[in-house]
Amino acid sequence: SSELFTLTYGALVTQLCKDYENDEDVNKQLDRMGYNIGVRLIEDFLARSNVGRCHDFRETADVIAKVAFKMYLGITPSITNWSPAGDEFSLILENNPLVDFVELPDNHSSLIYSNLLCGVLRGALEMVQMAVDVKFVQDTLKGDGVTEIRMRFIKRIEDNLPAGEE
Amino acid sequence: MADEALFLLLHNEMVTGVYKSADQGEVENGRCITKLENMGFRVGQGLIERFTKDTARFKDELDIMKFICKDFWTTVFKKQIDNLRTNHQYLAFTCGLIRGGLSNLGIKSIVTAEVSAMPACKFQVMIQKM
Repeated sequence: SSELFTLTYGALVTQLCKDYENDEDVNKQLDRMGYNIGVRLIEDFLARSNVGRCHDFRETADVIAKVAFKMYLGITPSITNWSPAGDEFSLILENNPLVDFVELPDNHSSLIYSNLLCGVLRGALEMVQMAVDVKFVQDTLKGDGVTEIRMRFIKRIEDNLPAGEE
Repeated sequence: MADEALFLLLHNEMVTGVYKSADQGEVENGRCITKLENMGFRVGQGLIERFTKDTARFKDELDIMKFICKDFWTTVFKKQIDNLRTNHQYLAFTCGLIRGGLSNLGIKSIVTAEVSAMPACKFQVMIQKM
């Protein structure tokens, strides 16, 4: 039931807003939690989706939008706005399931409600040797027409991890 | 459509997060458990609203409990019940969930959980008469 996840996420954000004085801290917490989830979610994803290694960032984008988002959130964002160098793209979500039943109160205008997603994507991709930067650039909660997540490839992470790392 | 795996990981992070941001006093006096239970309560209230918006009015308390045990339970938990950890941190949210669901159906209760014979988990619902 997706409602369990959506409502739980809402309860979490509400609690974080109570615990932390300002929106920036809540955003950071959501990102961190998302990262922790992402580094584990990737294993579940790879085990269930059977996708092979992606050869370039375009393939990665496709897998994220068409397989991962579909599997976990039941939506297929569209991929747009590729940079000329092919290292940046946008995911456009017509509707974001996380924000069903959600309205941002006036005193939380800097809150990035769905920031968990950025952390999840970043953490998951790090486990497959990609360092990326992920951020929201449009948000329907803030009055934008769509929700847009911008993903930027930073660099490939070396395969040889120090001893002791998972 | 959100997947179970995602919920389980989120729940895990929530529990960890609540404990990490608490001071020692809060861990000891059960404040962390309360926070988790309260979050579950809010979610339970929301869920029951969604589930019952098209169903007929419940006849009596027994009717409500049957609904909770069958429809509400299976829709919320499905296979999840196998994955609930045994320590109270992880059960708190679920107890709150049940309490929240009952609350929005007009039943005030206290819900506790007990694990005596793994992997079974027993939820005790004490209904408080007004």
